[in-house]
Amino acid sequence: MSTESVGWTPSEIAARPLVDRLHGWVTTVDHKRLGILYILYAIVFLVVGGIEATVMRIQLVRPHNDFVSPQVFNQMFTMHGTTMIFFVAMPIVFGFANYLVPLMIGARDMAFPRLNAFSFWLTAFGGLLLYFSFVGGYGLYGAGTAPDVGWFAYAPLTSKTFSRGHSTDFWTLSLLVAGIGSIGGAVNLTATILGLRCPGMTLGKMPLLVWLYLVMAGLVVLALGPLTAAQAMLMIDRYLGGHFFDTQAGGSAVVWMHFFWVFGHPEVYILVIPAFAFASEIIPVFSRKAIFGYPVMVAATVAIGFISMAVWAHHLFTIGMSAVANTFFVLSTMAIAVPTGIKIFNWLATMWGGKIHFRTPMLFCVAFLFQFLIAGLTGVMLASAPMDWQLGGSYFVVAHFHYVIVGGILFCLFAAFYYWFPKMSGRMYVERLGRLHFWLFVIGFHLTFDFMHIPGLLGMPRRIYTYEPGRGWDIWNLLVTVGVLFQVAGILVFVGNLLWSVLRGARAGSDPWDAWTLEWSTPSPPPEYNFATLPVVKSRRPLWDIKHPEDPDWRYEPGGGA
Amino acid sequence: MSATAAAPAAELRWELPSPGRVGMFTLIAAEAAIFVIFVVAYLFYLGKGISGPTPAILHAPVFISVCLFSSSATIHLAVVALRKGNVARFGLWWVLTFVLGAIFLGGTAREWNHLIRVEGLWIDTNLFGTTYYSLVGLHALHVTVGLLLLGAVALFTLFRAVRQEHAEDVDILSLYWHFVDAVWVVVFTVVYIIGR
Repeated sequence: MSTESVGWTPSEIAARPLVDRLHGWVTTVDHKRLGILYILYAIVFLVVGGIEATVMRIQLVRPHNDFVSPQVFNQMFTMHGTTMIFFVAMPIVFGFANYLVPLMIGARDMAFPRLNAFSFWLTAFGGLLLYFSFVGGYGLYGAGTAPDVGWFAYAPLTSKTFSRGHSTDFWTLSLLVAGIGSIGGAVNLTATILGLRCPGMTLGKMPLLVWLYLVMAGLVVLALGPLTAAQAMLMIDRYLGGHFFDTQAGGSAVVWMHFFWVFGHPEVYILVIPAFAFASEIIPVFSRKAIFGYPVMVAATVAIGFISMAVWAHHLFTIGMSAVANTFFVLSTMAIAVPTGIKIFNWLATMWGGKIHFRTPMLFCVAFLFQFLIAGLTGVMLASAPMDWQLGGSYFVVAHFHYVIVGGILFCLFAAFYYWFPKMSGRMYVERLGRLHFWLFVIGFHLTFDFMHIPGLLGMPRRIYTYEPGRGWDIWNLLVTVGVLFQVAGILVFVGNLLWSVLRGARAGSDPWDAWTLEWSTPSPPPEYNFATLPVVKSRRPLWDIKHPEDPDWRYEPGGGA
Repeated sequence: MSATAAAPAAELRWELPSPGRVGMFTLIAAEAAIFVIFVVAYLFYLGKGISGPTPAILHAPVFISVCLFSSSATIHLAVVALRKGNVARFGLWWVLTFVLGAIFLGGTAREWNHLIRVEGLWIDTNLFGTTYYSLVGLHALHVTVGLLLLGAVALFTLFRAVRQEHAEDVDILSLYWHFVDAVWVVVFTVVYIIGR
């Protein structure tokens, strides 16, 4: 299945002037280049969002600190949340989907390459629009710069009365634009997965990553629409004098909450399902075993997708709902822990009895398993309405969802970076630096987010810019901020490792991990057309079949070899 | 439904749904989610406004609705004609679809003109105005986009660029138009039957 390269030879690439090469990147419709653009763009915003988080933690390191003003603090938590969700997490998961899905299903590109480029540039300009608010947010009124209404922007804070100037308009527009980009990406992904699989790759033989991305794309399609609709309504209110969220004219602030969280909670699963996807590819390869319970993994993911559409109002327990509504959303939220638990057991069973190789990607995946479990457990705590009445809006909630997003999603993203870096760049990263990054980040993560639960339990509300001494919060806030230093050091090692390895790393070869999915059958980096001849697959691990013709997988799979 | 991959293994029968069709259905699902939110908002806010006018001032636009519903039939006949290779008949049905859609849009414009000038209802007048113009306007926006696409194909047909092999593409476009029609069934029911 080796592929002859008929494109540019390396010397020809080097000979082309810089402007030419940049022009090539800007006008590209190649799924691999767009995937890398998505990922690089997200890393830039990861650093920006991280700086915003660091500013907040410096402000909270001791009581009565005055590192930044309350106004700037409000802008920091708004921009941090919005940036991390919409301009880091979303582009990164779409970036990996772009890069990996066509390669894994044996296709030459996405179904609609130009739509793909369009989606990326919409997302990119959405991010620029958001950050332009620092410059342009003054508008005509001389009020506000960056958005300061929080990342879920509850009404009536977003009305003209309370949010003068244009900062909220920048927030709305940028999310609207990026949301349309995401919908385009999801449409493309669905069409690619259903319509472009190579011969023999039935739905039951797709790599798990592709299955999980199919579910994720379905969620994007159903969840981003409500966000787009809600943003359109907010713009109608702000620009045309509408009354959707205007309580003075009969409108309702609670309706905004419902509409936002109808998007907002599936969004969590939109981000975590790709994290599951990475773990489902990486854990088997470094355990030297096929994934345990493939059909159950698919079923659990589909179940998560369905249930996640019906849990949103657990964000509204503290607002006050009827007993029936409370009960329904308590039960649905707790129910989603079941398929998620099944997944954790399947990953453990995959590792069980395997010959585990603790390379950097595997280290991150193992940490993910433990951390995601704890994140899930605090999730079950918060799912119970009486508990939520006590803890809602406190640092406990902040600690919980950062445990999911950092401890779960970001750890898997780091695993994915290290695992597919050799494929994308053609070079190996430095293992020693990878481990250093891992340990710095594990220590930093646990210092920050384990201890963040405690001031929450002690009653510290989220989004406060400072606090009184002597409430028992001081030492915990200090520890949380110390953890940030470790995380920052970890990120610096990570970025340094990437930069050094791209230029100087050892050649990786096409298959450094002895893996089993089709992307490893192409040279690293793959040529523009991916496959000189389209592969034909007979099992879930096509490369295993090629490497082990005496004992191919399809003998043991249902409908194998068909 | 067309086979996409040129399989080197000749013995393998390999057919997949066409990406265009899957893509259009996915887009329709995303659009449907947007409409669901606007419909829910309309129903939730019914009667919640604190000043007039109320939905009682609306008159069901029966004629233009019949036009829009009929256009689903004409676009279907157009696609069938192109499948059979009858480009002239295709063009005729296609232009008729465009005209029916344009009549619908014109009717909406007339209705809005009446509401604004005679009844004094605009989007910022009250909560009813906000929800009414948003929902009906969102649908009208989709009709407009549909008309632009229909118009483009009509021009292609005029310049003899449309041939039998484009039947699949035109069929996929017709899915969008059917969706715009189906949404009007919901909006019409909600706004002019339930809501009044």
